Amino acid sequence: MTQSPDAPLALLAELTHRCPLQCPYCSNPLELERASQEMDTESWKRVITEAAELGMHQVHFSGGEPTVRKDLEDLIEHATDVGLYTNLITSGVLLDEDRLRKLAELGLEHVQVSFQDTETENADRIGGYKGGHVKKIAISKKVRDAGLALTINAVVHRQNIEHVKDFIEMALELDAERLEVAQVQYYGWALKNRAAFIPTYEQLNATTKIVEEARVRLKGILAIDYVVPDYYAKRPKTCMGGWGRQFMNLNPSGKALPCHAAESIPGLAFDSVQDHSLSWIWENSPAFQQYRGTAWMPEPCQSCERKELDWGGCRCQAFALTGNAGNTDPACELSPLHEETFGLAMKEASKEAPEFIYRRIGSDEEADAPVFADEPAE
Amino acid sequence: MADERLVLDEASVPDFPRGVKFRFNKTKKQWVILAPERLLEPDEIAVEVLKLCDGKVSISTISDSLAEKFQAPVETILSDVTEMLQDLADKGFLVA
Repeated sequence: MTQSPDAPLALLAELTHRCPLQCPYCSNPLELERASQEMDTESWKRVITEAAELGMHQVHFSGGEPTVRKDLEDLIEHATDVGLYTNLITSGVLLDEDRLRKLAELGLEHVQVSFQDTETENADRIGGYKGGHVKKIAISKKVRDAGLALTINAVVHRQNIEHVKDFIEMALELDAERLEVAQVQYYGWALKNRAAFIPTYEQLNATTKIVEEARVRLKGILAIDYVVPDYYAKRPKTCMGGWGRQFMNLNPSGKALPCHAAESIPGLAFDSVQDHSLSWIWENSPAFQQYRGTAWMPEPCQSCERKELDWGGCRCQAFALTGNAGNTDPACELSPLHEETFGLAMKEASKEAPEFIYRRIGSDEEADAPVFADEPAE
Repeated sequence: MADERLVLDEASVPDFPRGVKFRFNKTKKQWVILAPERLLEPDEIAVEVLKLCDGKVSISTISDSLAEKFQAPVETILSDVTEMLQDLADKGFLVA
């Protein structure tokens, strides 16, 4: 880097890896951090202050399940005090009306509730948490009652992809202003369970058609964000708005990552906010420097006219599919591995979906999948 | 959100909905619209318009103020302002 990067836009604060749900496509790393490793309230507050001073606009509180942290109130209040816009990314199952109202009073602006399906039984099976779906519906209504903006996050894959229309209806019924139809991306847990979840190309196309039609019909009523699996893309997604360009992700112990899946790339040296300031990390941390800008790009990216539009796509995907995070993202049709990737997805999707393993500490080493858990896994 | 698409006219009184904040970032010395997991960086002209969107005055009144301030024909301003705000409303950043 010859010059300092522009200040980041937002901080993604993964307060914890603890979660009562066990979604088998969880975006957390396979090696989950224990509660004892989590950063304390004062450290998080210091970091939030630094984020505002650095010029960031927003903070996203996520996890794991961020509401397991009893100091969430303190952190939202503090973020609001220093002028940051606050988002809560939650499963909703641990929230009640009183706490939600309290969070709203303290300055929370927006809640995103994730859903596993529109059908209760299948939703609870996928999340590995009995009663979860009904709780999610109930708390989403309370989000509106508390005067907060609501996003419904619909995680879509071959085991619920037929319900995308129902997801759109559900978002309208819940009076959400935003719906994310997010097809699973395959890193970490989801990569481990890919064969159980990747849809066929035909299923994807049918879904795309439904979403595009709904976007036109619901213009000004419901905003729909749509994410397709990289395997079936023509051009790569502009992952994180470019590596080290817009976002900083902090894991529960304060390790600073260019994206939530960055730990899946071996050999990257991450720094912690326990050792350095946020601004030092943003400007100097080797992990952020590694794929920032365009100098690292190989051909055909280097001479591609889109290199400052998609910034080379996704480094984690490049690693997952090629074994080298510095390679061209195979989601791009100009990658020599593009066709192979497409074929791999189609082949897996055409076979019967195998059993999946649930996301919980140690389960990636176990052969068998656990049954429903009524209690938090950790 | 509304049951049907909001269509703005000169009598509409624009305001920011829940979860949308029009705010000055002191570090970056920049006005931004903050919304659920979104961020807009309005240009200078848009900023002038948005500063007047307080949920109290109509698009017509806003346009009159701007026409006076910038010594420009009010018809042009009214049309430009309505178009700009309609675009924001369609994206969910504005109500009336």
